[in-house]
Amino acid sequence: MLGIIASLIDGVLVGLVYGLAAMGLTLIWGVMDVINLTHGTMIVAGMFALYLLTTALGVPPYLALPPALVGGFLVGVLLYWVAVHRMIGRPPLMSLLSTFAVNLVLIGIGTGVWGTALFNVAVSLPGVSIGRYTFPGAHILAAALAAVIAALLYLFLHKTRLGKALRAVANNREAAELVGIPTTRLLAIAVGCGVALAGVSGMLIGTLFPFTVLSGDGYQLKGFIVTVLGGFGNPIGALMGGIALGLLEGAVTPFVPVSWTLVIEFALFVLVLIAFPGGIFASRRGAL
Amino acid sequence: MKRACLKRFCLLAAAATLFAAPAFAQDNTITIGMTNSQTGPLNVDSLGQQRGEEMWRDEVNAAGGIKVGGKSYQVKFVSYDDQSVGGRVQQLYTRLVNQDKAQFLFSPYSSGLVAAAAVISEQYGKIMLDGGGAEKKPFMLGNKDLFMVITQADYYLSGAVQALTQKNPHAKIAMVYSDDPFSKTVLAAAKEQAQKAGLEVVMDESYAPSTTDFGPIVNKIISSNADAFMGGGHYSDGATLARQMYEQKANMKWVSILVAPGDDKFGELGAPALGVTVPSQWEAQVSYKPDFGPTTSEFAKAFEDKYHARADYHAASGYTAGAILQHAIEHAQSIDPEKVATALNATDVTTFFGHVKFSTDPGSHGLQVAHQMVLAQWQKVNGKPGRQVVWPTAAQSAALIYPISASQ
Repeated sequence: MLGIIASLIDGVLVGLVYGLAAMGLTLIWGVMDVINLTHGTMIVAGMFALYLLTTALGVPPYLALPPALVGGFLVGVLLYWVAVHRMIGRPPLMSLLSTFAVNLVLIGIGTGVWGTALFNVAVSLPGVSIGRYTFPGAHILAAALAAVIAALLYLFLHKTRLGKALRAVANNREAAELVGIPTTRLLAIAVGCGVALAGVSGMLIGTLFPFTVLSGDGYQLKGFIVTVLGGFGNPIGALMGGIALGLLEGAVTPFVPVSWTLVIEFALFVLVLIAFPGGIFASRRGAL
Repeated sequence: MKRACLKRFCLLAAAATLFAAPAFAQDNTITIGMTNSQTGPLNVDSLGQQRGEEMWRDEVNAAGGIKVGGKSYQVKFVSYDDQSVGGRVQQLYTRLVNQDKAQFLFSPYSSGLVAAAAVISEQYGKIMLDGGGAEKKPFMLGNKDLFMVITQADYYLSGAVQALTQKNPHAKIAMVYSDDPFSKTVLAAAKEQAQKAGLEVVMDESYAPSTTDFGPIVNKIISSNADAFMGGGHYSDGATLARQMYEQKANMKWVSILVAPGDDKFGELGAPALGVTVPSQWEAQVSYKPDFGPTTSEFAKAFEDKYHARADYHAASGYTAGAILQHAIEHAQSIDPEKVATALNATDVTTFFGHVKFSTDPGSHGLQVAHQMVLAQWQKVNGKPGRQVVWPTAAQSAALIYPISASQ
């Protein structure tokens, strides 16, 4: 019984991080209907930024988060102008292909520079034990930081002028333009924010697990499931979706062979798509 | 406009012809074809194998080439990036045979890719030396031109089972491994060997290769009351398992993980790496007296001088694939494929990599029957994590540490 409870707690902890990782993906989708296929690679970029900052410059792991946010934002704005801007208003397949192409280039560069060798950032924090089961301190802190970042994103979107403008663009771009909102600039900011979130989640994941240049694929895949669970274009829903996915993994693992976990996850993905085409936590008032 | 289009088409066609131009074998050259995983998830291990092969080629050419009947053949490689994808492997090996006119082939890295490449090498009757795939299945299909220089997957964890049995005959083992052909074959054989030795296997499960978080799986291992762990798969999964078992205090007295701990980067894990054992095809601490080719220390030094990195077992197996082909050609005194195949069938030689001999049984032709693996353990060497050979005892460079908490 204790083992099951431990797995559920573990599921919530890692689910919060999954949620944060998916938030950037769903934010960009919500604002401009673009599926950013560089998302997994941006998560990996966060991991490598953490590695370089901690090993080369000696920055403590959690102090690397603010530069990651700023760096991720700038990279995101650049990504918007390179791969997304000309695709706005075109069929979704165009932006899918353009971000896919950029992703291949980035992975090619990453593999050329680092290979697919393993990198590890050692983080030692005291954990919490319940009986024989231990929850590592780094997992608890990463989950707490993911929740804080999600709350800050909520406040940004709902309480600031810029956040409200972003939501206006997400809900009706033409109307937003009519009232004088510079939509192009805001679209670039949205991609910047989405990539910054991917980078920060990558940093947090980098404190938990070893990683390679190709680690992003798994998180991007989970990001899609979380996005569907949480509702397309709903960043806070993504956090809920992440927790739901983590809980599911935690609840299923003690009872079925672990090789079935992925099968069950994707079966749920299909079921949710059928029953709730907009996602379980889809906003009734539209995107964001 | 039409003329411009025609011009572009002609330019493209000319460029394509240049790239597609077949490489005709020259009189004094032996062309060997292969693919390497320069990109994709197999990149690290494949790079080691590729470097080993290239080092053999460069050494042979620098020494004047392969000597056959008073004539010397320079070795030429034609290689492509298979992107770690089986489908690419089949396209590229077909190209290597038909367009590049490769006379002999080296295998790609990993069991899955070797199985894909073997279909092509057999179809065209080309000898292929396998230095990167340990699964025996392709060798049970009646293939005649495929030769494995490494120990097959069934014996990967034999040393670990023997050593664990000696230390704790009542050990309870959790076997958790990647859901891929290589890992499944290794663990199925290990389970049988463990049960025969009287050990109890309390958990036997595979996980999807894309698994990123092993937290719930580690909890399940703890719940199984296991005190020994065997499993893993390839790279990041093995390292993540080692780290999470340590951080979640799974308190395993024994941990054997496939492949990942065989790479020096595994030491970056720090304390979670200590005590972890890894089956290895070759370690620099083990010295065999070679009948042919360089000694262990000569190979290790030359590799480090050339690549400024320590040679791992993938590099050693890559070099050995070349050396064994050279040995067979020189014994056959011919580059005729049939004569070389006959010489390979008769091969019974010790190199720095160990003893190499191929099965000539039609039901398992080409399978390696002489080479033996060692078991290495991560221990503190001069205060830092380093690999030591701990099994078999005759080859030990350090005593086996059990339980592993004693090494941390």
